[in-house]
Amino acid sequence: MQTSVAKKTAVPIKSRNFKKYLSLYIMLIPLVLYYVLFQYKPMYGNIIAFQDYSIFKGISGSEWVGLDNFKRFLSTPYFFRTLKNTVLLNLSLLVFSFPMPIIFALLLNEVRLKRVKSVVQTLSYMPHFISTVVVAGIVINLLSPSYGIIPMVIEKFTGTRPYLMVDPNYFRTIYTVMNIWQSMGYGSVVYLAAITGIDSQLYEAAVVDGANKFRQIWHITIPGIMPTIMTMLIMRIGNMLGSATDTILLLYQPATYEVADTIGTYVYRNGLLDADYSYSTAVGLFNSIIGLMLVWGSNTLSKKFTEVGIW
Amino acid sequence: MKETKGEKIFYFVNTLFMILLTLGIIYPIVYVISASFSSREAILTGKVVLFPVDANLEAYKYVFADRQIWISYLNSFFYTIVGTATAMAVTILGAYPLSKSVLPGKKIITFAIVLTMWFGAGTIPMYLNYRDLGLLNTRAAIILGSACSAYNFILLRNFFTAIPRSLEEAADIDGAGQWTILSKIYLPLSLPSIATISLFYAVARWNSYFWEMIILSDDSLMPLQVVIKKLIVDLKGVAAKSDSVDLSMLKYSEETVVYASIVVSAVPMLVLYPFIQKYFVKGVMVGAVKE
Repeated sequence: MQTSVAKKTAVPIKSRNFKKYLSLYIMLIPLVLYYVLFQYKPMYGNIIAFQDYSIFKGISGSEWVGLDNFKRFLSTPYFFRTLKNTVLLNLSLLVFSFPMPIIFALLLNEVRLKRVKSVVQTLSYMPHFISTVVVAGIVINLLSPSYGIIPMVIEKFTGTRPYLMVDPNYFRTIYTVMNIWQSMGYGSVVYLAAITGIDSQLYEAAVVDGANKFRQIWHITIPGIMPTIMTMLIMRIGNMLGSATDTILLLYQPATYEVADTIGTYVYRNGLLDADYSYSTAVGLFNSIIGLMLVWGSNTLSKKFTEVGIW
Repeated sequence: MKETKGEKIFYFVNTLFMILLTLGIIYPIVYVISASFSSREAILTGKVVLFPVDANLEAYKYVFADRQIWISYLNSFFYTIVGTATAMAVTILGAYPLSKSVLPGKKIITFAIVLTMWFGAGTIPMYLNYRDLGLLNTRAAIILGSACSAYNFILLRNFFTAIPRSLEEAADIDGAGQWTILSKIYLPLSLPSIATISLFYAVARWNSYFWEMIILSDDSLMPLQVVIKKLIVDLKGVAAKSDSVDLSMLKYSEETVVYASIVVSAVPMLVLYPFIQKYFVKGVMVGAVKE
């Protein structure tokens, strides 16, 4: 009895819902089209990594070669070099650049002059709004051996003017310092927001217990923003292998390839400059899979130990 | 609260340190601006430290006399404005339905979008895709190729999800369609968020160079960043053009022109960002809240 009543009323509701949903699905069309055409279609295009792809034959006509392209990559000296550089450059950012916005936020939070605080905030965000091209241009020109101010200052102390951009010993430092400069101020926003969210009663209680400033920061502020730190860390690790290619392309040159050539830049040179499509797709796919494993792994570890995860 | 002597010292030293650090952060930009107004000799001999030396506008005259700079400036405005408008339309129309918990298929579509944040298609397949679609060397590739960012999509969807259901239920009973609910209820309520996300898109558009450099080949289509890259990173352009001229006779030089180009390309953002930074801060704060 009840079911038949339900059925009777269900019909008009259902048709009304369908009409309601229909307009929602129509709205979704551009988004879905974009993701199908510009994200998932090329994702499918990754299968040329297992082919000897020819642009004339297309994906359907090209010959399958299994894992040959991957084997080729593993057997070249570039495999070790690019993997090592990708890992080292990213580790360098993780160790030196990632903590900077946290420290910056902790110190800025202790500045009590409101005006100073807001001016420091605004000015320190500035590098974030300048394009990578311009930032790299500034770096290259300030380090230029013929007219850059930094080599000139170094000359005053050592007597020689170094050409830092072609010296493999300095590439990693230059890259890391540039990253810190760009991201320290703006990166602190999210931590400052997290600090604001900490219950002020905790500090009051700590003061009653006689805790000084450093103990308060250590025992209240840092644990309070730990979930934010972990979230940012996982996101950072997830983007580790992909995001830096356009920056490195601007900074490196053949003289520094041995320390600066990463998987991403190697793919760029082989695929786009030399048109070795299948091979460089395989190299890129290798990179993406490691990246996915990194983000999955760090998320799993983080969930286990800190109960923070991004999904 | 009473302050101990140690705390007073801490506050003083800390504030002083933060001020000095900030001066250090802006110094490279101040230097570049000063150098762009200085003479070649002053730069080469290291006389420019903080303020311009032998102040002149020759480098800027040279930069603005270059037609390519103007063309690429206009192109950058075009890509930024049309690109942002397109991306906002796609993002708003996508985020609205996917903020409805009742919509069948919502979960799988959202997952498919979020996945692209962690697993991209790869540079070469993307490039071949542009070629297969016949989009190489077209403006459409620049506009459509980045018509949505997963991060911005999630941000807006979260904003929309936070809007109370009760507001639209009244409209729903009145028989208003979804388009009306979106435009009359959701959009007016989320104007600040929409401004934030538009600015995210616009700044990213203005500053991007990688795909533009790969996809475009005609000078007439180039955005500013690609032109500036050739000029200040590859250091090509100035020297080539002035081969026939004795550089020492001229007020401008490769060095000053490079610095002036840096300033010219960074100026729109440097002027705008103090006004838009509060939106960025807000966006980051909402984004930090887990979905």
